[in-house]
Amino acid sequence: MKQFQYVRAASQQDALAAIAKPGTKIIAGGTNLVDLMKRGVTAPDKLVDITHLPLKGIAATKTGLHIGTLALNSVVSENSLVLAKQPLLAMALKAGASPQLRNMATVGGNMMQRTRCSYFYDTTMPCNKREPGTGCGAMEGYNRMHAIFGASGQCIAVHPSDMCVGLAALDAVVIVTGKKGERRIPMTEFHRLPGDHPENDNHLAPGELIIGVEIPDNNFAKNSYYLKVRDRQSYAFALVSVAAALDISGGLIKQARLAMGGVAHKPWRLFEAEKSLIGKPATEDSFKNAAQIAMQGAKAYEYNAFKLRLAPASITEALKHAAGAV
Amino acid sequence: MEDKNANFVSGAPGEEPEIDLGPKDNSRRTFLKQSALITAVALAPAPAVKAAEMHFDERVAEAFEKMPLKMEVNGVAKSLMVEPRSTLLDILREQLDLTGTKKGCDYGQCGACTVHVDGHRVNACLTLGIMVNGKKVTTIEGLAKGEVLHPMQEAFLKHDGFQCGYCTPGQIMSAVACIREGHANTEMEIREYMSGNICRCGAYPNIVNAIQEVKGGGFVV
Repeated sequence: MKQFQYVRAASQQDALAAIAKPGTKIIAGGTNLVDLMKRGVTAPDKLVDITHLPLKGIAATKTGLHIGTLALNSVVSENSLVLAKQPLLAMALKAGASPQLRNMATVGGNMMQRTRCSYFYDTTMPCNKREPGTGCGAMEGYNRMHAIFGASGQCIAVHPSDMCVGLAALDAVVIVTGKKGERRIPMTEFHRLPGDHPENDNHLAPGELIIGVEIPDNNFAKNSYYLKVRDRQSYAFALVSVAAALDISGGLIKQARLAMGGVAHKPWRLFEAEKSLIGKPATEDSFKNAAQIAMQGAKAYEYNAFKLRLAPASITEALKHAAGAV
Repeated sequence: MEDKNANFVSGAPGEEPEIDLGPKDNSRRTFLKQSALITAVALAPAPAVKAAEMHFDERVAEAFEKMPLKMEVNGVAKSLMVEPRSTLLDILREQLDLTGTKKGCDYGQCGACTVHVDGHRVNACLTLGIMVNGKKVTTIEGLAKGEVLHPMQEAFLKHDGFQCGYCTPGQIMSAVACIREGHANTEMEIREYMSGNICRCGAYPNIVNAIQEVKGGGFVV
């Protein structure tokens, strides 16, 4: 690992001043950053440790639930407010990584983690995300784990987070701060599609710091489910994952939220499929119809065509679980 | 890996004699610095020779590259100088000679390096040592009380919870945490909450048995 300078930020202002300088990166849990630095995928000159900032709190507000950026993934997943109000988020978190890693990983860090595309990690291979302009090794390579939605000619990588898929389904809002003050970015718009600039994973501006996330109150707690399909039962990245949340009244669906992981460069919210469920009975037929709608525009590559069948089946299955039919 | 036996400097045959610099610090880094220093010593005036004898260049390099780290390891206060890039795993193994904690993958994928920091299990390979400043670290060496093994160590022996043993320290640290966290209530739950520790010998059924015995036996872990 390249040598770097290490500083502890004593305040938010400290952190903002430090990250304004090029070559500087924030470190919190470090579970992804240290990994990337060891492999030479990234080599910052300076790390700003923000773990001493008071941004760990989880609190109910008038309209929802606020979770500080430094709250640990393990803590959030077991928090009584989260379990009562947003159990889908707890399920998504518990589906990610391992208990040890969740004890280190923070909410903000989870959002900022990079793709696990093997061509991004292998510094001997071309990768437009790691080194813009070098090409994409995955496009014609072993692309089993890769995107079926929203990819570009430059990049077909997927975002690896489970937590973000849950947050995207739950209409969460990311709160960031910078020199110009605070701004709020809907989770569904925080990450971006690769387009011509796959080196940019998200819309966080240079010099901005994530300070927390807010989830508006909802009626989904009773009927939500996170389904993660992977090569082994635990401790693996998703081939496909589905966050499903339903508000059911008298057997009819009043509201629905659906998002997928493992299929796109960002958590993939299924707005059209959600609409199709409104007013419908919470039955397998409705769910299958929604799953079919969700797959419109999907495009597979040589080794991930199985996702075209796995994804709709997973949507249906997740909705059945959410509705309590399994 | 660094060559621990590189105690001497050897030039090209016939050009320089072998010089024994003694066993003080045998890392390759020091080796290179010392060999450069020897050339300098040969050409330098008296004050430089004096500085070299006092390892002055070492101290200057250290002042720029290393930072103080204070932590408690297995109940003993430690005060060290570390490079910011040194992981907790490397510091435990290389600086503190606590080699019970194993380096498996070194990328957070196997769990062999699992230790407790302030009572919570973490992957030491992805933890920068400098970020543990002021915290309490427990390694596998810190579980036994003198000659008396920790109940989880006893249970792993009894149930044959290992074959080659390389993943075992991490498995045991994780197993203790698994019970403390309250995630050892059923076999399925144990398997899920032990999933961050990979065992290539496949001792999983025996590991689960060991954890269930400790959990069921009401031992204080």
